[in-house]
Amino acid sequence: MSCAPLSVDGLCFTYPGEHHRALDGFGLQVVAGERVAVLGPNGSGKTTFVMHLNGLHQLQQGAITIGDLEMCDDNLAEIRRRVGAVFQDADDQLFMPSVRADVAFGPANLGVPKGDRDAIVERALTQVGAMDLIDRTPHHLSGGEKRRVAIATVLAMDPHMLVLDEPTSGLDPFGRRELADLLVSLPQTQLVVTHDLPFALQICPRSVVVSGGRVVADGPTSEVLADTALLEANRLELPYGFDPSRV
Amino acid sequence: MGGGHGSSVDRLHIAGNTVIHRLAPQVKIVATFAFVISVAIAPRQRVEVFAVALVCVLAFIAVARIPVRVWLARCAVILPFMTMAVLVPFVGGGEQTEVLGVSLSTDGLWAAFNIAAKALIGASASIVLAATTPVTGLLEGFARLRVPRVLISIVAFMIRYLDLLVAQLGRMRTAMVARAHDPRWLWQAKPIASSAGALFVRSYERGERVHQAMLARGYTGVMPDLVEQSRPRSDWWAAIIVPAPVVAVLVLGLL
Ligand SMILES: Nc1ncnc2c1ncn2[C@@H]1O[C@H](COP(=O)(O)OP(=O)(O)OP(=O)(O)O)[C@@H](O)[C@H]1O
Ligand SMILES: [Mg+2]
Repeated sequence: MSCAPLSVDGLCFTYPGEHHRALDGFGLQVVAGERVAVLGPNGSGKTTFVMHLNGLHQLQQGAITIGDLEMCDDNLAEIRRRVGAVFQDADDQLFMPSVRADVAFGPANLGVPKGDRDAIVERALTQVGAMDLIDRTPHHLSGGEKRRVAIATVLAMDPHMLVLDEPTSGLDPFGRRELADLLVSLPQTQLVVTHDLPFALQICPRSVVVSGGRVVADGPTSEVLADTALLEANRLELPYGFDPSRV
Repeated sequence: MGGGHGSSVDRLHIAGNTVIHRLAPQVKIVATFAFVISVAIAPRQRVEVFAVALVCVLAFIAVARIPVRVWLARCAVILPFMTMAVLVPFVGGGEQTEVLGVSLSTDGLWAAFNIAAKALIGASASIVLAATTPVTGLLEGFARLRVPRVLISIVAFMIRYLDLLVAQLGRMRTAMVARAHDPRWLWQAKPIASSAGALFVRSYERGERVHQAMLARGYTGVMPDLVEQSRPRSDWWAAIIVPAPVVAVLVLGLL
Protein backbone atom coordinates (compact mmCIF):
# COMPACT_ATOMS: atom_id res chain seq x y z
CA MET A 1 0.00 0.00 0.00
CA SER A 2 1.30 3.42 -0.87
CA CYS A 3 0.45 5.82 1.92
CA ALA A 4 -0.57 9.18 0.61
CA PRO A 5 0.81 12.32 2.19
CA LEU A 6 -1.48 15.27 2.60
CA SER A 7 -0.92 18.89 1.78
CA VAL A 8 -3.34 21.65 2.71
CA ASP A 9 -2.66 25.27 1.86
CA GLY A 10 -4.41 28.52 2.77
CA LEU A 11 -7.81 26.90 3.24
CA CYS A 12 -10.59 29.42 3.93
CA PHE A 13 -14.24 28.56 4.38
CA THR A 14 -17.37 30.44 5.38
CA TYR A 15 -20.65 28.58 5.94
CA PRO A 16 -23.45 29.84 3.71
CA GLY A 17 -25.38 32.59 5.48
CA GLU A 18 -22.69 33.15 8.14
CA HIS A 19 -20.20 35.96 8.11
CA HIS A 20 -17.29 34.70 10.16
CA ARG A 21 -14.83 32.28 8.66
CA ALA A 22 -14.93 28.73 10.04
CA LEU A 23 -11.55 28.14 8.37
CA ASP A 24 -9.19 31.05 7.93
CA GLY A 25 -5.93 30.20 6.23
CA PHE A 26 -5.68 26.60 7.39
CA GLY A 27 -2.40 24.96 6.33
CA LEU A 28 -1.00 21.51 7.12
CA GLN A 29 1.54 19.11 5.62
CA VAL A 30 1.46 15.46 6.60
CA VAL A 31 4.04 12.86 5.60
CA ALA A 32 3.10 9.30 4.62
CA GLY A 33 2.60 7.01 7.61
CA GLU A 34 2.44 9.83 10.15
CA ARG A 35 -0.14 9.93 12.96
CA VAL A 36 -1.03 13.52 13.75
CA ALA A 37 -3.32 14.76 16.52
CA VAL A 38 -5.48 17.77 15.71
CA LEU A 39 -6.24 19.65 18.94
CA GLY A 40 -8.28 22.77 19.54
CA PRO A 41 -11.23 24.25 21.40
CA ASN A 42 -14.91 23.87 20.44
CA GLY A 43 -15.80 25.73 17.29
CA SER A 44 -12.20 26.15 16.13
CA GLY A 45 -12.93 24.55 12.75
CA LYS A 46 -11.69 20.98 13.21
CA THR A 47 -14.82 19.27 11.92
CA THR A 48 -15.11 21.74 9.06
CA PHE A 49 -11.55 20.80 8.10
CA VAL A 50 -12.32 17.06 8.28
CA MET A 51 -15.29 17.52 5.94
CA HIS A 52 -13.01 19.23 3.45
CA LEU A 53 -10.71 16.23 3.27
CA ASN A 54 -13.59 14.23 1.82
CA GLY A 55 -14.78 16.96 -0.51
CA LEU A 56 -17.99 17.41 1.51
CA HIS A 57 -17.66 21.18 1.45
CA GLN A 58 -17.18 23.06 -1.78
CA LEU A 59 -13.62 24.43 -1.86
CA GLN A 60 -13.87 28.23 -1.48
CA GLN A 61 -10.27 29.29 -1.21
CA GLY A 62 -7.00 27.41 -0.87
CA ALA A 63 -5.83 24.01 -2.08
CA ILE A 64 -5.89 20.42 -0.85
CA THR A 65 -3.70 17.70 -2.34
CA ILE A 66 -4.02 14.04 -1.40
CA GLY A 67 -1.02 12.14 -2.73
CA ASP A 68 -0.82 13.18 -6.36
CA LEU A 69 -4.46 14.24 -6.56
CA GLU A 70 -5.65 17.82 -6.41
CA MET A 71 -9.05 18.22 -4.72
CA CYS A 72 -11.50 18.88 -7.56
CA ASP A 73 -14.74 17.39 -8.84
CA ASP A 74 -13.00 15.03 -11.24
CA ASN A 75 -10.90 13.47 -8.49
CA LEU A 76 -13.63 13.36 -5.88
CA ALA A 77 -14.49 9.67 -6.20
CA GLU A 78 -10.87 8.56 -5.91
CA ILE A 79 -10.14 10.96 -3.04
CA ARG A 80 -13.12 9.60 -1.12
CA ARG A 81 -11.76 6.13 -1.61
CA ARG A 82 -8.31 7.13 -0.39
CA VAL A 83 -9.41 9.18 2.60
CA GLY A 84 -11.55 7.29 5.08
CA ALA A 85 -13.39 9.70 7.35
CA VAL A 86 -14.89 8.57 10.65
CA PHE A 87 -17.32 11.28 11.72
CA GLN A 88 -17.89 12.82 15.11
CA ASP A 89 -21.32 11.23 15.57
CA ALA A 90 -21.32 7.51 14.78
CA ASP A 91 -25.09 7.65 14.35
CA ASP A 92 -24.57 9.63 11.18
CA GLN A 93 -22.18 7.08 9.83
CA LEU A 94 -24.32 3.98 10.17
CA PHE A 95 -27.46 3.90 8.07
CA MET A 96 -28.00 0.40 6.74
CA PRO A 97 -30.28 -2.20 8.33
CA SER A 98 -27.44 -4.48 9.41
CA VAL A 99 -23.79 -4.07 10.35
CA ARG A 100 -22.86 -6.40 7.49
CA ALA A 101 -24.71 -4.29 4.91
CA ASP A 102 -23.29 -1.11 6.40
CA VAL A 103 -19.69 -2.24 6.13
CA ALA A 104 -20.37 -3.58 2.62
CA PHE A 105 -21.87 -0.25 1.51
CA GLY A 106 -18.53 1.38 0.62
CA PRO A 107 -17.04 -1.60 -1.25
CA ALA A 108 -20.34 -2.06 -3.13
CA ASN A 109 -20.22 1.58 -4.25
CA LEU A 110 -16.65 1.01 -5.40
CA GLY A 111 -17.89 -1.80 -7.60
CA VAL A 112 -16.43 -4.73 -5.65
CA PRO A 113 -18.30 -7.81 -6.90
CA LYS A 114 -20.78 -9.40 -4.49
CA GLY A 115 -18.76 -12.57 -4.07
CA ASP A 116 -15.71 -10.69 -2.76
CA ARG A 117 -17.53 -8.44 -0.33
CA ASP A 118 -18.09 -10.89 2.52
CA ALA A 119 -14.36 -11.46 2.89
CA ILE A 120 -13.71 -7.70 2.96
CA VAL A 121 -16.48 -7.11 5.48
CA GLU A 122 -15.22 -9.87 7.74
CA ARG A 123 -11.63 -8.66 7.54
CA ALA A 124 -12.60 -5.08 8.40
CA LEU A 125 -14.77 -6.17 11.32
CA THR A 126 -12.07 -8.52 12.60
CA GLN A 127 -9.55 -5.67 12.45
CA VAL A 128 -11.68 -3.61 14.83
CA GLY A 129 -12.63 -6.60 16.96
CA ALA A 130 -16.32 -6.41 16.11
CA MET A 131 -16.83 -9.61 14.16
CA ASP A 132 -19.49 -10.74 16.65
CA LEU A 133 -21.65 -7.73 15.75
CA ILE A 134 -21.92 -8.61 12.07
CA ASP A 135 -25.63 -9.48 12.06
CA ARG A 136 -26.74 -6.84 14.53
CA THR A 137 -28.73 -3.69 13.78
CA PRO A 138 -26.36 -0.68 13.95
CA HIS A 139 -28.91 1.52 15.72
CA HIS A 140 -29.14 -0.85 18.64
CA LEU A 141 -25.41 -0.97 19.39
CA SER A 142 -23.70 0.78 22.29
CA GLY A 143 -21.63 3.90 21.65
CA GLY A 144 -18.32 2.05 21.68
CA GLU A 145 -19.62 -0.72 19.43
CA LYS A 146 -20.96 1.88 16.98
CA ARG A 147 -17.58 3.59 16.93
CA ARG A 148 -15.77 0.37 16.08
CA VAL A 149 -18.24 -0.51 13.35
CA ALA A 150 -17.93 3.04 11.97
CA ILE A 151 -14.16 2.56 11.71
CA ALA A 152 -14.74 -0.80 10.00
CA THR A 153 -16.98 0.85 7.39
CA VAL A 154 -14.08 2.98 6.20
CA LEU A 155 -11.38 0.31 6.59
CA ALA A 156 -13.43 -1.82 4.19
CA MET A 157 -12.70 0.75 1.48
CA ASP A 158 -8.97 0.16 1.89
CA PRO A 159 -8.12 3.85 2.42
CA HIS A 160 -4.62 5.30 2.35
CA MET A 161 -5.43 7.73 5.05
CA LEU A 162 -7.79 7.79 8.04
CA VAL A 163 -9.33 10.93 9.48
CA LEU A 164 -11.07 10.41 12.80
CA ASP A 165 -13.19 13.15 14.36
CA GLU A 166 -13.20 12.73 18.15
CA PRO A 167 -12.95 8.96 18.12
CA THR A 168 -12.77 8.60 21.91
CA SER A 169 -15.98 10.44 22.75
CA GLY A 170 -18.41 8.09 24.42
CA LEU A 171 -15.85 5.35 25.04
CA ASP A 172 -15.13 3.90 28.46
CA PRO A 173 -11.45 3.73 29.53
CA PHE A 174 -11.13 0.16 28.32
CA GLY A 175 -12.72 0.96 24.94
CA ARG A 176 -10.40 3.93 24.67
CA ARG A 177 -7.36 1.72 25.30
CA GLU A 178 -8.58 -0.76 22.68
CA LEU A 179 -9.05 2.07 20.20
CA ALA A 180 -5.52 3.32 20.85
CA ASP A 181 -4.12 -0.17 20.25
CA LEU A 182 -6.19 -0.47 17.07
CA LEU A 183 -5.08 2.87 15.63
CA VAL A 184 -1.41 2.21 16.41
CA SER A 185 -1.69 -1.16 14.67
CA LEU A 186 -3.06 0.31 11.44
CA PRO A 187 -0.56 1.19 8.71
CA GLN A 188 -2.51 4.17 7.33
CA THR A 189 -1.55 7.80 7.67
CA GLN A 190 -3.85 9.17 10.37
CA LEU A 191 -5.31 12.47 11.46
CA VAL A 192 -6.91 12.20 14.88
CA VAL A 193 -9.11 15.11 15.95
CA THR A 194 -9.47 14.95 19.71
CA HIS A 195 -10.08 16.81 22.96
CA ASP A 196 -8.46 13.92 24.79
CA LEU A 197 -4.90 15.15 25.28
CA PRO A 198 -3.50 12.03 27.00
CA PHE A 199 -4.91 9.99 24.12
CA ALA A 200 -3.13 12.25 21.64
CA LEU A 201 0.11 11.85 23.56
CA GLN A 202 -0.31 8.10 23.66
CA ILE A 203 -0.76 7.50 19.95
CA CYS A 204 0.34 10.58 18.01
CA PRO A 205 4.02 11.58 17.89
CA ARG A 206 3.00 14.92 16.39
CA SER A 207 0.25 17.40 17.25
CA VAL A 208 -1.15 20.56 15.71
CA VAL A 209 -3.28 23.06 17.60
CA VAL A 210 -6.15 24.68 15.71
CA SER A 211 -7.66 27.96 16.81
CA GLY A 212 -9.89 30.40 14.96
CA GLY A 213 -9.82 28.26 11.82
CA ARG A 214 -6.07 27.98 11.44
CA VAL A 215 -3.13 25.98 12.75
CA VAL A 216 -1.46 27.99 15.50
CA ALA A 217 1.04 25.42 16.76
CA ASP A 218 2.69 22.34 15.32
CA GLY A 219 5.27 20.08 16.93
CA PRO A 220 6.03 16.89 18.82
CA THR A 221 3.03 16.11 21.04
CA SER A 222 5.11 16.00 24.22
CA GLU A 223 6.40 19.53 23.54
CA VAL A 224 2.99 20.92 22.57
CA LEU A 225 1.45 19.53 25.75
CA ALA A 226 4.30 20.88 27.87
CA ASP A 227 3.67 24.45 26.65
CA THR A 228 1.23 25.58 29.33
CA ALA A 229 0.89 29.09 27.91
CA LEU A 230 -0.11 27.67 24.54
CA LEU A 231 -2.59 25.26 26.09
CA GLU A 232 -4.17 27.96 28.20
CA ALA A 233 -4.47 30.37 25.29
CA ASN A 234 -6.38 27.70 23.37
CA ARG A 235 -8.68 26.41 26.08
CA LEU A 236 -6.88 23.07 26.18
CA GLU A 237 -6.59 21.43 29.55
CA LEU A 238 -4.73 18.36 30.72
CA PRO A 239 -6.54 16.11 33.19
CA TYR A 240 -5.85 16.93 36.83
CA GLY A 241 -2.47 15.57 37.89
CA PHE A 242 -1.43 14.54 34.40
CA ASP A 243 2.20 15.34 33.60
CA PRO A 244 3.06 14.85 29.91
CA SER A 245 6.77 14.80 30.61
CA ARG A 246 6.44 11.74 32.83
CA VAL A 247 4.59 9.34 30.53
CA MET B 1 -31.76 -12.74 14.93
CA GLY B 2 -32.79 -11.72 11.45
CA GLY B 3 -30.83 -8.80 10.04
CA GLY B 4 -33.07 -5.89 9.29
CA HIS B 5 -36.02 -7.09 11.28
CA GLY B 6 -37.46 -4.20 13.20
CA SER B 7 -34.58 -1.90 12.37
CA SER B 8 -35.40 1.74 12.13
CA VAL B 9 -34.61 1.84 8.43
CA ASP B 10 -36.96 -1.00 7.65
CA ARG B 11 -39.96 -0.52 9.87
CA LEU B 12 -42.39 -2.11 7.42
CA HIS B 13 -40.31 -5.06 6.35
CA ILE B 14 -41.10 -8.43 7.93
CA ALA B 15 -38.15 -10.80 7.50
CA GLY B 16 -39.04 -14.08 5.88
CA ASN B 17 -38.13 -16.52 3.17
CA THR B 18 -41.41 -17.17 1.36
CA VAL B 19 -41.88 -17.29 -2.41
CA ILE B 20 -43.03 -13.69 -2.30
CA HIS B 21 -40.05 -12.57 -0.21
CA ARG B 22 -37.68 -14.16 -2.69
CA LEU B 23 -39.12 -12.52 -5.81
CA ALA B 24 -36.92 -9.85 -7.38
CA PRO B 25 -38.09 -6.41 -6.18
CA GLN B 26 -38.60 -5.05 -9.70
CA VAL B 27 -40.95 -7.98 -10.44
CA LYS B 28 -42.89 -7.35 -7.25
CA ILE B 29 -43.22 -3.67 -8.05
CA VAL B 30 -44.58 -4.38 -11.54
CA ALA B 31 -46.88 -7.16 -10.28
CA THR B 32 -48.31 -4.96 -7.52
CA PHE B 33 -48.79 -2.09 -9.93
CA ALA B 34 -50.57 -4.30 -12.52
CA PHE B 35 -52.77 -5.84 -9.84
CA VAL B 36 -53.80 -2.51 -8.33
CA ILE B 37 -54.46 -0.94 -11.74
CA SER B 38 -56.67 -3.81 -12.88
CA VAL B 39 -58.74 -3.45 -9.70
CA ALA B 40 -58.85 0.33 -10.00
CA ILE B 41 -60.25 0.29 -13.54
CA ALA B 42 -62.99 -2.23 -12.71
CA PRO B 43 -66.50 -0.68 -12.95
CA ARG B 44 -68.09 -0.51 -9.50
CA GLN B 45 -71.01 -2.84 -10.31
CA ARG B 46 -68.62 -5.70 -11.14
CA VAL B 47 -68.74 -7.07 -7.62
CA GLU B 48 -67.27 -10.40 -8.72
CA VAL B 49 -64.03 -8.66 -9.77
CA PHE B 50 -63.59 -7.24 -6.27
CA ALA B 51 -64.43 -10.60 -4.74
CA VAL B 52 -61.72 -12.31 -6.80
CA ALA B 53 -59.25 -9.51 -6.02
CA LEU B 54 -59.95 -9.83 -2.30
CA VAL B 55 -59.40 -13.59 -2.43
CA CYS B 56 -56.11 -13.00 -4.29
CA VAL B 57 -54.88 -10.45 -1.76
CA LEU B 58 -55.79 -12.72 1.15
CA ALA B 59 -53.89 -15.50 -0.60
CA PHE B 60 -50.80 -13.28 -0.98
CA ILE B 61 -50.97 -12.35 2.70
CA ALA B 62 -51.22 -16.02 3.62
CA VAL B 63 -48.37 -17.07 1.34
CA ALA B 64 -46.14 -14.23 2.59
CA ARG B 65 -47.02 -15.25 6.19
CA ILE B 66 -47.98 -11.73 7.14
CA PRO B 67 -49.79 -11.94 10.51
CA VAL B 68 -53.46 -10.96 10.13
CA ARG B 69 -53.04 -8.53 13.04
CA VAL B 70 -50.23 -6.72 11.26
CA TRP B 71 -52.26 -6.54 8.06
CA LEU B 72 -55.29 -5.09 9.83
CA ALA B 73 -53.20 -2.62 11.81
CA ARG B 74 -51.53 -1.32 8.68
CA CYS B 75 -54.87 -1.08 6.91
CA ALA B 76 -55.57 1.75 9.35
CA VAL B 77 -53.97 4.12 6.85
CA ILE B 78 -57.13 3.90 4.73
CA LEU B 79 -59.47 4.77 7.62
CA PRO B 80 -59.91 8.38 6.43
CA PHE B 81 -61.07 7.09 3.05
CA MET B 82 -63.40 4.62 4.71
CA THR B 83 -64.97 7.34 6.85
CA MET B 84 -65.54 9.37 3.74
CA ALA B 85 -67.03 6.37 1.95
CA VAL B 86 -69.50 5.79 4.78
CA LEU B 87 -70.75 9.38 4.57
CA VAL B 88 -71.44 9.39 0.83
CA PRO B 89 -74.73 7.43 0.85
CA PHE B 90 -76.22 9.84 3.40
CA VAL B 91 -75.55 12.92 1.36
CA GLY B 92 -76.01 11.44 -2.13
CA GLY B 93 -79.08 12.39 -4.17
CA GLY B 94 -81.07 10.55 -6.86
CA GLU B 95 -82.81 7.20 -6.44
CA GLN B 96 -83.16 6.10 -2.82
CA THR B 97 -82.94 2.69 -1.22
CA GLU B 98 -84.27 1.70 2.20
CA VAL B 99 -81.60 0.17 4.43
CA LEU B 100 -82.75 -0.71 7.95
CA GLY B 101 -85.44 1.89 7.67
CA VAL B 102 -83.04 4.64 6.58
CA SER B 103 -83.42 6.07 3.12
CA LEU B 104 -80.04 6.13 1.37
CA SER B 105 -78.90 7.20 -2.07
CA THR B 106 -78.46 4.12 -4.28
CA ASP B 107 -75.80 5.90 -6.25
CA GLY B 108 -74.12 6.89 -3.02
CA LEU B 109 -74.09 3.30 -1.79
CA TRP B 110 -72.33 2.19 -4.95
CA ALA B 111 -69.86 5.04 -4.67
CA ALA B 112 -69.14 4.07 -1.07
CA PHE B 113 -68.64 0.44 -2.04
CA ASN B 114 -66.37 1.50 -4.87
CA ILE B 115 -64.12 3.63 -2.66
CA ALA B 116 -64.02 1.12 0.17
CA ALA B 117 -63.29 -1.92 -2.00
CA LYS B 118 -60.58 -0.25 -4.06
CA ALA B 119 -58.92 1.35 -1.04
CA LEU B 120 -58.87 -1.89 0.92
CA ILE B 121 -57.52 -3.99 -1.93
CA GLY B 122 -54.99 -1.38 -3.06
CA ALA B 123 -53.71 -0.84 0.48
CA SER B 124 -53.48 -4.57 1.12
CA ALA B 125 -51.45 -5.15 -2.04
CA SER B 126 -49.06 -2.34 -1.05
CA ILE B 127 -48.78 -3.79 2.45
CA VAL B 128 -47.71 -7.13 0.97
CA LEU B 129 -45.10 -5.40 -1.19
CA ALA B 130 -43.70 -3.33 1.68
CA ALA B 131 -43.72 -6.22 4.14
CA THR B 132 -41.82 -8.57 1.86
CA THR B 133 -39.27 -6.15 0.37
CA PRO B 134 -36.69 -4.20 2.36
CA VAL B 135 -36.42 -0.49 1.56
CA THR B 136 -33.04 -0.99 -0.07
CA GLY B 137 -34.59 -3.72 -2.24
CA LEU B 138 -37.39 -1.39 -3.31
CA LEU B 139 -34.90 1.32 -4.22
CA GLU B 140 -32.89 -1.16 -6.22
CA GLY B 141 -36.04 -2.46 -7.89
CA PHE B 142 -36.97 1.04 -9.00
CA ALA B 143 -33.43 1.53 -10.31
CA ARG B 144 -33.71 -1.68 -12.36
CA LEU B 145 -36.99 -0.43 -13.78
CA ARG B 146 -35.08 2.61 -15.06
CA VAL B 147 -36.85 5.03 -12.80
CA PRO B 148 -34.74 8.22 -13.00
CA ARG B 149 -32.00 8.48 -10.34
CA VAL B 150 -33.27 11.80 -9.12
CA LEU B 151 -36.66 10.30 -8.30
CA ILE B 152 -35.05 7.39 -6.49
CA SER B 153 -32.89 9.75 -4.45
CA ILE B 154 -35.93 11.77 -3.48
CA VAL B 155 -37.79 8.65 -2.39
CA ALA B 156 -34.74 7.49 -0.46
CA PHE B 157 -34.52 10.86 1.29
CA MET B 158 -38.21 10.89 2.09
CA ILE B 159 -37.98 7.47 3.65
CA ARG B 160 -34.95 8.50 5.67
CA TYR B 161 -36.35 11.82 6.88
CA LEU B 162 -39.63 10.20 7.78
CA ASP B 163 -37.78 7.57 9.69
CA LEU B 164 -35.49 10.03 11.45
CA LEU B 165 -38.51 12.14 12.32
CA VAL B 166 -40.18 9.19 14.00
CA ALA B 167 -36.99 8.30 15.86
CA GLN B 168 -36.50 11.90 17.03
CA LEU B 169 -40.10 12.00 18.18
CA GLY B 170 -39.44 8.91 20.27
CA ARG B 171 -36.37 10.52 21.84
CA MET B 172 -38.18 13.78 22.55
CA ARG B 173 -40.99 11.85 24.16
CA THR B 174 -38.48 10.03 26.36
CA ALA B 175 -36.91 13.34 27.34
CA MET B 176 -40.32 14.75 28.25
CA VAL B 177 -41.40 11.72 30.20
CA ALA B 178 -38.10 11.93 32.07
CA ARG B 179 -39.15 15.41 33.10
CA ALA B 180 -42.48 14.09 34.36
CA HIS B 181 -44.57 15.07 31.39
CA ASP B 182 -46.61 12.08 30.32
CA PRO B 183 -48.06 12.38 26.84
CA ARG B 184 -50.15 9.24 26.43
CA TRP B 185 -51.25 10.28 23.02
CA LEU B 186 -49.30 12.32 20.56
CA TRP B 187 -52.05 14.90 20.29
CA GLN B 188 -51.93 15.49 24.03
CA ALA B 189 -48.31 16.45 23.80
CA LYS B 190 -48.49 20.16 23.25
CA PRO B 191 -44.77 20.65 23.81
CA ILE B 192 -44.09 18.16 21.04
CA ALA B 193 -46.47 19.90 18.69
CA SER B 194 -45.04 23.32 19.43
CA SER B 195 -41.49 22.13 18.81
CA ALA B 196 -42.37 20.28 15.61
CA GLY B 197 -40.49 22.93 13.64
CA ALA B 198 -37.32 22.46 15.64
CA LEU B 199 -37.78 18.73 15.30
CA PHE B 200 -38.02 18.95 11.56
CA VAL B 201 -34.88 21.06 11.34
CA ARG B 202 -32.99 18.65 13.57
CA SER B 203 -34.09 15.68 11.49
CA TYR B 204 -33.24 17.51 8.33
CA GLU B 205 -29.75 18.33 9.57
CA ARG B 206 -29.17 14.77 10.65
CA GLY B 207 -30.42 13.61 7.27
CA GLU B 208 -27.88 15.95 5.69
CA ARG B 209 -25.06 14.53 7.78
CA VAL B 210 -26.09 10.97 7.00
CA HIS B 211 -26.18 11.89 3.35
CA GLN B 212 -22.66 13.32 3.63
CA ALA B 213 -21.47 10.14 5.33
CA MET B 214 -22.97 8.18 2.43
CA LEU B 215 -21.21 10.41 -0.10
CA ALA B 216 -17.94 9.91 1.79
CA ARG B 217 -18.28 6.21 1.12
CA GLY B 218 -18.79 6.58 -2.61
CA TYR B 219 -22.60 6.90 -2.77
CA THR B 220 -23.63 8.26 -6.17
CA GLY B 221 -27.38 8.49 -5.72
CA VAL B 222 -28.27 4.86 -6.26
CA MET B 223 -28.24 2.21 -3.58
CA PRO B 224 -25.64 -0.44 -4.35
CA ASP B 225 -26.95 -3.97 -4.80
CA LEU B 226 -26.50 -5.03 -1.20
CA VAL B 227 -29.60 -6.85 -0.16
CA GLU B 228 -31.33 -8.28 -3.17
CA GLN B 229 -30.13 -11.55 -4.62
CA SER B 230 -29.82 -11.49 -8.42
CA ARG B 231 -32.77 -13.40 -9.79
CA PRO B 232 -33.07 -15.08 -13.16
CA ARG B 233 -35.46 -13.59 -15.67
CA SER B 234 -37.92 -16.45 -15.10
CA ASP B 235 -39.16 -14.44 -12.11
CA TRP B 236 -41.23 -12.37 -14.45
CA TRP B 237 -43.96 -15.04 -14.51
CA ALA B 238 -45.05 -13.56 -11.21
CA ALA B 239 -45.81 -10.21 -12.80
CA ILE B 240 -48.29 -12.01 -15.07
CA ILE B 241 -49.76 -14.46 -12.58
CA VAL B 242 -50.45 -11.93 -9.83
CA PRO B 243 -52.96 -9.78 -11.77
CA ALA B 244 -54.18 -12.67 -14.00
CA PRO B 245 -57.31 -13.80 -12.05
CA VAL B 246 -58.61 -10.25 -11.71
CA VAL B 247 -57.94 -9.43 -15.36
CA ALA B 248 -59.55 -12.72 -16.44
CA VAL B 249 -62.80 -12.07 -14.54
CA LEU B 250 -62.78 -8.47 -15.72
CA VAL B 251 -62.42 -9.47 -19.40
CA LEU B 252 -64.89 -12.39 -19.18
CA GLY B 253 -67.60 -10.00 -18.08
CA LEU B 254 -67.05 -7.87 -21.15
CA LEU B 255 -67.65 -10.75 -23.60
N1 LIG C 1 -23.53 23.70 9.47
C1 LIG C 1 -23.02 24.85 9.92
N2 LIG C 1 -23.57 26.03 9.58
C2 LIG C 1 -23.08 27.18 10.03
N3 LIG C 1 -22.00 27.29 10.81
C3 LIG C 1 -21.40 26.15 11.20
C4 LIG C 1 -21.87 24.87 10.77
N4 LIG C 1 -21.08 23.92 11.31
C5 LIG C 1 -20.15 24.59 12.03
N5 LIG C 1 -20.32 25.93 11.97
C6 LIG C 1 -19.50 26.96 12.63
O1 LIG C 1 -18.18 26.85 12.14
C7 LIG C 1 -17.24 27.01 13.18
C8 LIG C 1 -16.34 25.77 13.24
O2 LIG C 1 -17.12 24.65 13.62
P1 LIG C 1 -16.55 23.17 13.67
O3 LIG C 1 -17.72 22.27 13.81
O4 LIG C 1 -15.65 22.96 12.52
O5 LIG C 1 -15.72 23.23 15.04
P2 LIG C 1 -14.98 22.05 15.81
O6 LIG C 1 -13.57 22.51 15.98
O7 LIG C 1 -15.21 20.76 15.16
O8 LIG C 1 -15.72 22.08 17.23
P3 LIG C 1 -16.01 20.89 18.25
O9 LIG C 1 -14.75 20.68 19.04
O10 LIG C 1 -17.10 21.45 19.14
O11 LIG C 1 -16.45 19.71 17.47
C9 LIG C 1 -18.04 27.24 14.45
O12 LIG C 1 -18.06 28.60 14.69
C10 LIG C 1 -19.42 26.73 14.12
O13 LIG C 1 -20.38 27.45 14.81
MG1 LIG D 1 -16.12 19.00 15.71
